[in-house]
Amino acid sequence: MSFHALTAAELGRALRRREVSSLELTDHFLARIEGSGTRLNAFVTVTAERARADARRADAEIAAGRGGPLTGVPIAHKDIFCTAGILTTCSSRMLANFTSPYDATVVEKLTAAGTVLLGKTNMDEFAMGSSNETSYFGPVRNPWDEARVPGGSSGGSAAAVAAGLAPAATGTDTGGSIRQPAALTGLTGIKPTYGRVSRYGMIAFASSLDQAGVLARSAEDAALLLSAMSGFDPRDSTSVEQPVPDYHAGLEAPLAGLRVGVIREFFGEGLEAGTAAAVTGALDQFKRLGAEVVEVSLPALPLSVPTYYVVAPAECSSNLSRFDGIRFGYRCESPRDLYDLYTRSRGEGFGDEVKRRIMTGTYVLSAGYYDAYYLKAQKVRSLIAADFQRAFESVDLLFGPTAPTPAFGIGEKVDDPVTMYLNDIYTIGANLAGLPALSAPCGLVDGLPVGFQLIGPQFSESRLLSATHAYQRETDWHRRLPPAWA
Amino acid sequence: MSNEWEVVIGLEIHAQLATRSKIFSGSSTAFGAAPNVQANLVDLGYPGVLPVLNAEAVRMAARFGLAIGATVAHRSVFARKNYFYPDLPKGYQISQYELPIVQDGRVDIVLDDGSTKVIGVTRAHLEEDAGKSLHEELPGQSGIDLNRAGTPLLEIVSEPDLRSAREAIAYMKKIHTLVRYLEICDGNMQEGSFRCDANVSIRRLGRREFGTRCEIKNLNSFRFVEKAINHEVARQIDVLEGGGSIVQETRLYDPGKDETRSMRSKEEANDYRYFPDPDLLPLVLDAGWIESLRATLPELPDAKAERLVTEHGLPAYDAGVLSASRELADYYEAVIGLVGGQPKLVANWVMGDLSALLNRDGLDIQMSRVSTQRLAGLIARIVDGTLSGKLAKEVLETMWDEGSDADAVIEAKGLRQITDTAAIETVIRKVMEDNPGQLADYRSGKDKLFGFFVGQVMKATGGKANPGQVNELLKHLLAG
Amino acid sequence: MTLTRHDVENIARLARLQIREDQLEPFAGSLSRIIDFVEQLGSAATDQVEPMAHPLQGMVQRLREDQVEASDQRDLFQQNAPEVAAGLYLVPRVIE
Repeated sequence: MSFHALTAAELGRALRRREVSSLELTDHFLARIEGSGTRLNAFVTVTAERARADARRADAEIAAGRGGPLTGVPIAHKDIFCTAGILTTCSSRMLANFTSPYDATVVEKLTAAGTVLLGKTNMDEFAMGSSNETSYFGPVRNPWDEARVPGGSSGGSAAAVAAGLAPAATGTDTGGSIRQPAALTGLTGIKPTYGRVSRYGMIAFASSLDQAGVLARSAEDAALLLSAMSGFDPRDSTSVEQPVPDYHAGLEAPLAGLRVGVIREFFGEGLEAGTAAAVTGALDQFKRLGAEVVEVSLPALPLSVPTYYVVAPAECSSNLSRFDGIRFGYRCESPRDLYDLYTRSRGEGFGDEVKRRIMTGTYVLSAGYYDAYYLKAQKVRSLIAADFQRAFESVDLLFGPTAPTPAFGIGEKVDDPVTMYLNDIYTIGANLAGLPALSAPCGLVDGLPVGFQLIGPQFSESRLLSATHAYQRETDWHRRLPPAWA
Repeated sequence: MSNEWEVVIGLEIHAQLATRSKIFSGSSTAFGAAPNVQANLVDLGYPGVLPVLNAEAVRMAARFGLAIGATVAHRSVFARKNYFYPDLPKGYQISQYELPIVQDGRVDIVLDDGSTKVIGVTRAHLEEDAGKSLHEELPGQSGIDLNRAGTPLLEIVSEPDLRSAREAIAYMKKIHTLVRYLEICDGNMQEGSFRCDANVSIRRLGRREFGTRCEIKNLNSFRFVEKAINHEVARQIDVLEGGGSIVQETRLYDPGKDETRSMRSKEEANDYRYFPDPDLLPLVLDAGWIESLRATLPELPDAKAERLVTEHGLPAYDAGVLSASRELADYYEAVIGLVGGQPKLVANWVMGDLSALLNRDGLDIQMSRVSTQRLAGLIARIVDGTLSGKLAKEVLETMWDEGSDADAVIEAKGLRQITDTAAIETVIRKVMEDNPGQLADYRSGKDKLFGFFVGQVMKATGGKANPGQVNELLKHLLAG
Repeated sequence: MTLTRHDVENIARLARLQIREDQLEPFAGSLSRIIDFVEQLGSAATDQVEPMAHPLQGMVQRLREDQVEASDQRDLFQQNAPEVAAGLYLVPRVIE
């Protein structure tokens, strides 16, 4: 049976009906991971033994009549989440041998929900990238076309779910790192409101922007996983003390009358024609479902990429200072002195893109430049957040493309960082303003998936998910599998 | 020092706050544990961990602010101070920068001439302490112990209002007294709970603009602060009078060599790239909470000294000495309560003989071997005439050494003062009989011999005769 | 170029990153591109605008009670350490 063609929700139902055991499912996915070998390079670590132990426990729960909708469902975690006793590498040489002594809150919560851990997925090094080409363990390939990138930084999670190596996976999104790979691999990916999911145990890239979320096959799956991951965590000062709605129960909310604002600034120059057509087609579908569509303008939004490329590097330059070769992580051979220990451990342990961002951040925070760059960017960030706030006075959700083009070729954009950064032009705004946003597939362009994006006010995850669920009941883009992996 | 130079000093005092757990983690702050056993994931800066602020550290900082008449900020912000050092696990120190919790306070210090001077406190901010680098027994290497990393610190920054090492010491002692009154810091300088850096510069007398300053680090005793500042001032005068100029730098005081030397390691990277810590939100304290905290403040040293002068009638000097330590003042007041008065007498005993015994044995007043009850018992025997002052000193020493009370010592040693007039008269008559020559000389006008007779009587009674009665009776009997 | 090789050397020293000699020029180039790109922020009018440090505006710092929670897990934590002795993390001699 093609378990990998089913959604996590469907697998959960099959498990509870005892049509299949978690161990069978787990072995199925482990075999597919094994069979994929290095073709996709989606996993850094496969935790087969742990997965089978988890599965046996889940089967016992189900046999005892206990467990929830995710009990026994296999998943994968992006290798940015700390997992006790398991390698946690952030796809960096710096942490290539790092075994975390503790679990991230997200890992704890999904384990408590009964999920089975298949392994840790490849990613851009320290989540810095939009193509998964900066990984120390090599690029991840897009299952729709293995000469192309899967997007990034959660590229391993995206490739794994798209190729049916895992029913769903966690990701993190600092500037689009869940939504852009979801769009490029035909998945539904959600980045919730900043503070909705605990950041404890998620290795920080840019602390005021990072947020954990889900890459899945449907809005329903995203709702199930997000419900399990979310919630207040006293170990994270930026975690919000607010009850988590049952996102799954809210999926059937009617779409009729929903006011959808089309972001004018997202449909200009740079948006590839096929992508524009597919996204416009999705908009028409929303209209047919009863949405009221209006055009809105967010004039400061075009400044989101330059704002991000000041704020994120600034925070990362500081966050990554703890990697010094003293308490954990890579240490250079035979350091001559303390300075040598620092510079060589960090110089050898980090890849070029990470170094570039650390240096950008160091520069924009340094004496004489702070006001011109960092402080200025923080002010522009206010303008962008205010634009969103104003827009949400008249609409319920904002709509646009997720990425300007379908997946591009491996190696195509590595020479110019700015060209690469512009991939996130539509996704970064939601991170700057801390808003929930979702990408879902809406077509194929030359056999490559493209996605639309919905952005909502803070804590409107239910609305994003139910709107997408309504769309997915009428369409089947989300059920398409890459031909080579069907 | 040449007369034409004026010294300008500002102090940055680091007081470790006496919380049980660290400022951003649940690790213990207890001193003296084996290396790194009190360093958890947060203290070690492990990947993925996050800080959560300790409520007690905030409360303590706010109490300090109220005690120095400062503004306790409604909104303050934690920033990151970025620099690499092995004892700084995250590569940044979380500290308050642009918006500290305590702003614009002041304390009074008493100068050598008895006058009072106001010293401005620019700010006091919360931050985390670093760990320690140990260099012993590890050839070519240093060992890092992160037990101290994350211990809450209140950094108290003065205005450059101090004009001599003496003033700096008086100010530092005043802050030391305050933090201990407030019970926010144990003040233990040997363990590094209370330490300071001094910013020192000099300028020609009468000039308004400041000279170039040097920051002296590692000052962990009052004595070192005084010596280090005096040395630094002398060094700066030498440089300037020799035609040189002062380089702004960080200097380390070496108590062994009694000199300061440049710390080049700290010079190279002083671009700290401060920015607001995105892992922490603004600290907001509402006015009602701040006011309720004000109500919990103890009587502070200045108010206590004032009360000891106005209500107890003590001289300002005595009131100052007693109130400099909350424990000393508490001891004094407890004895007053037990004796039922006699403030000057009690003050003299507490500040004099008792303090001498404490100093001799290196004990704090809380560890006094003579309790307040026992000192009160001794003073009662002075007041009722049982003991002369001189005998009482002896009794106190015995009480201290043997751990007994005054009456037991008096009894055991037979030290009770002789106040029986007849008994004293008998002794006086015996002395007169034994010294007929001196008696004749006295009676023929040699008044100075009176002292001789007093001495003989005291000697014959082993010092126990009441001196007042001896005087009176002698005058009468010698006159014939 | 906005940033020179020399600038890259200074930034790398501050960030404690060893950059190979032959990479100084390429980094100067790419960093200059990035800095030139973010210069467009200068076009935004921000005179009356408050800087935004955090997306959860209006949310304030939560406090934890002063309780000792952690127990000694030194051995576990030091399993990841490159070099330890007698419970200490070892580094080349620190010169003060």
